[in-house]
Amino acid sequence: MAFLEIDGLRKRFGQVEILKGINLELEKGGFLVLVGPSGCGKSTLLNTIAGLETITSGDIRVDGRTITDLHPSKRDIAMVFQSYALYPNMTVAGNISFGMEMRGVPADERQKAIDKVAKVLQIGHLLQRKPSQLSGGQRQRVAMGRALVRDPKLFLFDEPLSNLDAKLRVDMRIEIKRLHATTGTTIVYVTHDQIEAMTLATKIAVMRDGEVQQFGTPAEIYNNPSNVFVADFMGSPAMNLIPATIGGNGGDLAVVLDREARQPITLPMANAPAGLSAFKGKPIIFGVRPEALTDPEGAERNASQIATADCHIEVVEPAGSDTFAVTNLGGKGVVARLRADANIQPGTSTPLAFNLTKAVFFDPATENRIR
Amino acid sequence: MSAVTTPARQASGGMNVKLVNRIVIYGLLALFALFYLMPLFVMLVTSFKTMDEIQNGNMLSLPKAPTFDPWLKAWGETCVGLTCAGIKGYFWNSIKMVVPAVLISTMLGALNGYVLTKWRFRGATLVFGLMLFACFIPFQSVLLPMATILGSVGRFGVTLQNSIGTSFGLGNSTVNLVFVHVVYGIGFTTLFFRNYYEAFPTELVKAAQVDGASFFQIFRRIMLPNSMPIFVVTVIYQFTNIWNDFLFASAYAGTGDAMPMTVALNNVVNTSTGVVEYNVNMAAAMIAALPTLLVYVLAGRYFVRGLMAGAVKG
Repeated sequence: MAFLEIDGLRKRFGQVEILKGINLELEKGGFLVLVGPSGCGKSTLLNTIAGLETITSGDIRVDGRTITDLHPSKRDIAMVFQSYALYPNMTVAGNISFGMEMRGVPADERQKAIDKVAKVLQIGHLLQRKPSQLSGGQRQRVAMGRALVRDPKLFLFDEPLSNLDAKLRVDMRIEIKRLHATTGTTIVYVTHDQIEAMTLATKIAVMRDGEVQQFGTPAEIYNNPSNVFVADFMGSPAMNLIPATIGGNGGDLAVVLDREARQPITLPMANAPAGLSAFKGKPIIFGVRPEALTDPEGAERNASQIATADCHIEVVEPAGSDTFAVTNLGGKGVVARLRADANIQPGTSTPLAFNLTKAVFFDPATENRIR
Repeated sequence: MSAVTTPARQASGGMNVKLVNRIVIYGLLALFALFYLMPLFVMLVTSFKTMDEIQNGNMLSLPKAPTFDPWLKAWGETCVGLTCAGIKGYFWNSIKMVVPAVLISTMLGALNGYVLTKWRFRGATLVFGLMLFACFIPFQSVLLPMATILGSVGRFGVTLQNSIGTSFGLGNSTVNLVFVHVVYGIGFTTLFFRNYYEAFPTELVKAAQVDGASFFQIFRRIMLPNSMPIFVVTVIYQFTNIWNDFLFASAYAGTGDAMPMTVALNNVVNTSTGVVEYNVNMAAAMIAALPTLLVYVLAGRYFVRGLMAGAVKG
C-alpha cells in the first residue's frame, strides 16, 4: 500500500470541473512533482491534499488514514507557499513556532525545535528578524523551516522557487533535493518548471485541464511520453515533433520527412513499434529529442539504430556547452544538439544522425503514442 | 530680423506666463487658506479676550490682555440650559459614548471585512453590497423608527430592572447612542476593512490554517496586527463622525444627564440670560473641537498612509 493515495478525486466549481478524476500514489519518502501549464489544476490538487479546498468526490489517504474531510491542521501536513506566506508581524522564530504555539507545545520545547531547524537551514542568525528584513532566499528558508519544524507525514510545496531569481533558484533546488535526501520526508511539489520537475522528482504527474496526462518516474516521462502534450511539455529545448509519413517496402518501415524544395529524407527503421505498421502510408508525428539528433561523430556509440541524413542548416546557436542547429523538416523548425566544437555553418548542408532508438511516434488524430 | 527676435520674445513671454500662473495659483491658495483659517482665528482670539474688549474692540485684533478665564468658565461654570456647572460633564458624556462606539464599530467592521474576504460564503458579495447601503441612508429617515426601537428596548430594560434588579444598561441614553452609532457605523467600517483585506494575501490565512490556528486566532494573531493603517483610518473617521454628531445626540439624548458635548454646546450658545458671552461660547466650541483635532494630530500621518495603502498595492 502506498503512503499517499489519491483515488478518483474530483473537484467542481459550479459547472466547471477543475479536477477530473485524479488517481495518484506515492511511496513513503517519495518526491511527487505535479507539473503542468497554468490553469491545469495542479495547485488546486495540492490545496485539496492540504485541506484548504474541499473536494466534490474521491478519497485522499495518507499512511492508510483517510484525511479527505479533516481540517488542514489535523492532516499532519506542512505546506510551503509560493509567496512564502510569512506572518509579517512576527519574528522568524515566531513564524517557525506559530504552529507549535497553536497546538499548545510548551515554550522550552518550542525553543528546542526552533534551534534544531535553524541549524539545519542555517538561519540561526536571522531568528529575531522580521520577514521584511530578509532577502528572498532567506524568506524561502524560513518558509521551509516553518514546514520542517512540524515534522509532518507529508510536505506540500506550492511553486516555492518561482519568486526567486534564476541563480538562487538553482541553489535552492539543490538544497531542497539535499533536504529530501537527508530527512527522507515525503513531498508533493507543484511547479510549472519542467526542469525542477525532472531534477527533483522520484515521480512526476504531468497535468493538463484537470487530468493527469502521464504519471511515472522522470525517466519514463522523458523517454516514453504517452502523448504529444507530455512530449512537448517536458524537456528543454522541447522535443522536435515533426509531421511525417510512414513509408517503406514490404515489412520494412521507414520514416519519410518532407522538406521544402529538397528530396524527402527517408529514415529506415529496424525495430519499429508494433503499432506503427498500421500507419503505413499515413501521416504520423515523429518525435525526436534534440540530443537524439546530432552530428554523426557525437552520436551515441551504442545506439542500435542510427540513420544519417544530410540536412540544410538554417540557424546555428552556440550555447557554450552545446551548439544548437536549426534545420527545417516537415515544414517545422527542428533543433539538433551538437557538440560545442562542432564545425557547422548556417546555410550549408550537414549530415545529422537520427538516433531512432530514442525516437517516438504519435497518431496525429488522437495525439496519443503509437507503441 | 524678426526671425531672429521671435525665439527670444517667445522665451521671455513663456517666462512671464509661468510667473503669472504661479502668482495666480499661490494667490488663490493663500486666499482659500485665509477663508478657511479666519473663523478659527476669530474663535481663538475671541476666546482669550475679556467681554469689554470684545464689545469695544476689533473682532480680528489680538487680545490685549490674554485671559484664560473664558476657558475656565466654559469648562466649569457656564450655564447649559438651567444647570450652571460648565460643559465638563457633557465632555465626559461624549467621551463615554464615543470611545465604546468607535471601538465596537471598528472591531465589528474588521470582523466583517475578514469574513467577507477570507471566508467567502455564497452571497458574500451581495451581503457586502447591502451593507454598503448603510453608508447611503439619510439619517433623518431612521430617526423615528430608531426612536420606536429604542423605546421598546427601554421598556424591556424597565421590565428587567423590576424583575431581576438590573437592566443591563438597556434604556440608558449613553448605551442607546452607542448602539445607534455602532449600527450606522458598521457600513463604513466594513467598507474600509473589506477593501483593505481584499488586498491582504490569502496565503497567510491558509498558512495559519495549516498551522492549526482557529477562526478567531487567525483574526487576532494574523489579521489585526497587520491592519494598523486601516485601523487608524477607521478610528479617525468614526471618532470624528460620532463626536461631531448632533442629530442622533439631540434626538435620543437631547435632555438629561447623558447629553453629549455637541448638544450641550448648542445649549450653551442658546442660553438667553443676560449678555451673550462670546468669549465663553468660543472657548466652549474650541473645547468641543479639541478631541477630534487631537486624534488627527496623533494619527494623521497614518491616515494618509492608510488611504494610500490599498491604492498602491492594488
